[in-house]
Amino acid sequence: MLKRLAKCIREFKLPTILTLIFIVGEAIIETSIPFITANLVNQIKAGAGMDEIIKNGIILAVMACVSLACGGIAGLTCAKASAGFAKNLRHDIFARIQTYSFENIDKFSSASLVTRLTTDVTNVQMSFMMLIRTAIRSPLMLLFSVIMAYIMGGALSTAFVVVIPVLGFGLYMVGRKAMPAFRRVFKKYDQLNESIEENVRGIRVVKGFSREEYEKDKFGSAAENIRKDFTRAERIVALNTPLMNLCMYFNTVFVLFIGAKLVIQNGGTTIDIGQISAMLTYGMQILMSLMMLSMIYVMLTMSTESAKRICEVLEEAPALQNPENPVMTVADGSIDFENVSFKYSSKAKKFALADINLHIRSGQTVGIIGGTGSSKSSLVQLIPRLYDVTKGAVRVGGKDVREYDLDILRGAVAMVLQKNLLFSGTINENLRWGNADATDEEIRHACRLAQADEFINSFPDGYETKIEQGGTNVSGGQKQRLCIVRALLKKPKILILDDSTSAVDTKTDALIRRGLKTYIPETTKIIIAQRVASVEDADLIIVMDNGRIADAGTHAELLEKSEIYKEVFTQQTKGGENDGENA
Amino acid sequence: MAKMHRPPMPPKKGTFGRVLKMLFGYYPVLVPLAAFCVLFAAVVAAAPDVFIQKVIALIEKWYITRDWNGAAAELIPMISILVVLYIVAMLAVALHTQLMAYITQGFLSKLRCTMFDKMQNFPVRYFDTHRHGDIMSHYTNDIDTLRQLVSQSLPMLLRAGVTILSVLCIMLYYSAWMTLVILTGAIAILVITKKVGGGSAKYFIRQQKSLGRTEGFVQEMMNGQKVVKVFSHEDKSQKEFDEINMALYEDSRRAHAYANMMGPINQNIGNILYVLVAMAGGLFLVTGVKNVSFSGLAFSISIIVPFLNMTKQFTGNVNQMSQQINSIVMGLAGAARLFGMMDEAAEADDGYVTLVNAKFAPDGSVTESGVRTGQWAWRHPHSDGTLTYTPLMGDVCLEKVDFGYVEEKKVLEDVSVYAKPGQKVAFVGATGAGKTTITNLLNRFYDIADGKIRYDGININKIKKSDLRRSLGIVLQDTNLFTGTVMDNIRYGRLEATDEECREAARLAGADDFITRLPDGYDTELSNNGANLSQGQRQLIAIARAAVADPPVMILDEATSSIDTRTEAIVQRGMDKLMEGRTVFVIAHRLSTIMNSDVIMVLDHGRIIERGSHAELLEQKGTYYRLYTGAFELE
Repeated sequence: MLKRLAKCIREFKLPTILTLIFIVGEAIIETSIPFITANLVNQIKAGAGMDEIIKNGIILAVMACVSLACGGIAGLTCAKASAGFAKNLRHDIFARIQTYSFENIDKFSSASLVTRLTTDVTNVQMSFMMLIRTAIRSPLMLLFSVIMAYIMGGALSTAFVVVIPVLGFGLYMVGRKAMPAFRRVFKKYDQLNESIEENVRGIRVVKGFSREEYEKDKFGSAAENIRKDFTRAERIVALNTPLMNLCMYFNTVFVLFIGAKLVIQNGGTTIDIGQISAMLTYGMQILMSLMMLSMIYVMLTMSTESAKRICEVLEEAPALQNPENPVMTVADGSIDFENVSFKYSSKAKKFALADINLHIRSGQTVGIIGGTGSSKSSLVQLIPRLYDVTKGAVRVGGKDVREYDLDILRGAVAMVLQKNLLFSGTINENLRWGNADATDEEIRHACRLAQADEFINSFPDGYETKIEQGGTNVSGGQKQRLCIVRALLKKPKILILDDSTSAVDTKTDALIRRGLKTYIPETTKIIIAQRVASVEDADLIIVMDNGRIADAGTHAELLEKSEIYKEVFTQQTKGGENDGENA
Repeated sequence: MAKMHRPPMPPKKGTFGRVLKMLFGYYPVLVPLAAFCVLFAAVVAAAPDVFIQKVIALIEKWYITRDWNGAAAELIPMISILVVLYIVAMLAVALHTQLMAYITQGFLSKLRCTMFDKMQNFPVRYFDTHRHGDIMSHYTNDIDTLRQLVSQSLPMLLRAGVTILSVLCIMLYYSAWMTLVILTGAIAILVITKKVGGGSAKYFIRQQKSLGRTEGFVQEMMNGQKVVKVFSHEDKSQKEFDEINMALYEDSRRAHAYANMMGPINQNIGNILYVLVAMAGGLFLVTGVKNVSFSGLAFSISIIVPFLNMTKQFTGNVNQMSQQINSIVMGLAGAARLFGMMDEAAEADDGYVTLVNAKFAPDGSVTESGVRTGQWAWRHPHSDGTLTYTPLMGDVCLEKVDFGYVEEKKVLEDVSVYAKPGQKVAFVGATGAGKTTITNLLNRFYDIADGKIRYDGININKIKKSDLRRSLGIVLQDTNLFTGTVMDNIRYGRLEATDEECREAARLAGADDFITRLPDGYDTELSNNGANLSQGQRQLIAIARAAVADPPVMILDEATSSIDTRTEAIVQRGMDKLMEGRTVFVIAHRLSTIMNSDVIMVLDHGRIIERGSHAELLEQKGTYYRLYTGAFELE
């Protein structure tokens, strides 16, 4: 996991290494400063002249300046390295997601991808910063301080022999206990936030059933539950401070008492007052660096979860890849399904599609009709290779779709998805998704074809009207028509409309179909619809039922032979009488 | 319309006070106790300096004679006092850190609950006008910033402040001249902190803004990822993302650069100050300047050595305080946003007519009953102190209703609808014609601007909102299911319903069939708004949920739009039975859903332009006729 993340440092390796170097410099100076100050103290004590004091003072001041420079530069490079690392992480995650196939996208909810790109990356960024600033510095400080203390303190440094293992072990235990507690809490915390989101989304249901009090109770007990777990975890970590204080106090008492004894007994020959003062400082430094180490430990464990979630995205292998020597042209719009079976995941028990055999000639109009969950959408999603077949083969223009370059294939197969989306930006910008180089005339033409020109012109800003996020400021039917235009602009060889005119009234629907027929006769058109009227004049109508082709034929043929088709047809055309019978 | 992701506002004045007030309000005993422990520990933490000075004085006195026994007699009591002080201080520290862990989590939990409770009472308008991601970030990002503020920054500020003060006192006790030297340095630190810290706070706020922008973009792209794929638009969206990402990088880098620099700068000012103090001390000692102090002690090595230590402590604490600047700025910005949300006005409800269980006597009189009778009545207290009971029938009428979501733009104009108990009333019309708005007004998600709505003859403004809504079963266009089993979701309609009643409701809604075929039947866990179900299946569960509530009035807003016509025909019989004896408002795009209604209203731009039964409307050969025959565009 660490290896995978480390790859994202890239061009920020230099600042990272510089940070480490300057931090080492800062740490060395910082640990030697007490050495000089001990000297200074002794000189003052010994009544040395001002020149001596000033000499030492200047050395100290210079050291402080160097330390400042080192620390400052390290701070800058560290900020650059960590922010850069986060930038690269976000870039890589986003880029990775761009390579995902539909199968991969289905695996992650969009909310979880957003969290991974924002919160999780920020967590890792903070840990990374902490890591390069302190993870090197603290052990170094620890090491230097211990060495210096040993050099200077002699017998006094025995205090550390006791204190360091005690504190080290204590902090380790705290970290070990806290880690699983936090992991548990964070999971629950996520769930709590999900439940808030659910409540916000379903507020009309909550209010509609007057369930405010019920929701409050439910939330209250969930929050209380989390509070208990969180408090437990935090209380374990809170033990760090008193533990640290214990060690610091022990050190002070030990150094003062034993130090005084040594100085007095030996008349200041083996140890002097300056050393006592330095030992106190070193003690502090040693303990502080241990403390920092334990904080890093806790923080790293907390961000491990985030790192894991990021790696999940980065390591998710795209289910679809370009073949080695891809075919770069699509000959025509013919489509063949040969013994195709398909399921969404290898674990799924049921096949979404089974034994599909279907041959569509270039330029044909094909209607697909079938009940909820009959796999109409699954069928057409195989054509632009949004998913790969489990068994059999899908051929476009006579070649297996797996032989094409993906961009080429998808450029030739335009699809209007059932769950349609416009993006924030102007209508013009949205339409140009289909073809960035389309001329205004081409766009207008496509709009007229899809019956969109009229309503676009009725907007005050026309084609420059801003679409708000999610396309909330156009009606469902208008949105659908814009999505059709967007697909038309690709000038595809195959056009797939997946229930794309459901919010458009029958008249407009008919006009759109007529437009398609007249203006792009050579394009193969596949229309999935709920309404029989939308497909009845197609060259071929396919009736789907439970993942299989139940029947296929023209309108007239199906009325003869297909029970399902007949039922749907009577139902929709003579709805009134039918309802009367049912009542 | 949805607002853009709001940047963190700079904290308003008074925000800090309000945070403290809440904290004390929640824990009136524990917070002062914790504060006391912090103070105590801080004061004790300053004590060693006094002791060090005394011990060093002692050493100076005895080391020439090398008389350890003599020294020990003085030293041991002194050290003993120190040990006792330390033990007490450690206990205080242990106590306050444990207390703070407890208080912080309790505070956050209570805050969360308060926010949630308040939010439940916000009007629907609030949810319609705020982006959901934005509401969510109150519960995640904003609360997180407060955690840092309460658990770390506040105690740190208190401790550092007290330590600085007590060290200052001790310093003054020893020497005013030396203190002056240190104060000069401290002021330098403060000035630099203000400069550098101000820069970092500015960029941190900008970083949050950029983060919000990134989140907005990513959210949109992740939702539309499939569209991106279909149009092979990957490279372009990557390019756009990289631009936003770059801006975030810049802000983040600057913010952290400032923050990172602050530590070394202040620390080394501390170091230089140390040198200055040592030199000043030496100078004072050598030149024999007269000391000014509370203790009246003359300059000596036993003053200068502890002074050097105090310098470290002093600058260290000033340093710690300045390090907290960022988290304080962020915490207060978060708190300001939270308070902004909590101060939103709750939904007003001055209704006094309530819904009660009732018994109907054969003579037509109504009496209230404490137990569930299956029959309901409106309990209507009058201003003269009398009570009347009106049986709940489901008679709904709208009289000349005007309404607009914003004042300038009327969505409904002069709309009158009369629905007799048991009638099925349908609305058709283009998107934006005001169909859903009518249902929003019936259950008072929004209040009408002009006109009247009466329910069983009572003005709905007089009815308590929760009771009004309890009597109306709604199935909405966007189906929302909650995490839990299918059974839990159906029971949401009436919490005391038995399993059998829930099953019966599912059978009526035509949902029983597919539910029993789910892996765990009614005990199947739903998550993520029922992501494992098809849209049509979700709608069937939502209908069952409304059915179990057994309301006299039902509102079906495009409730069967995602169920294909064939399945709809199959569930039709159950639906018809469900609607029997109830007043039903139906909104549907599909004419087959509404054809058998008693009255059909054709809405256009907020006005009812035609009304009548299916047959009557066809005869009129108006808009409905043209809709039906496909000669008219609905959009």
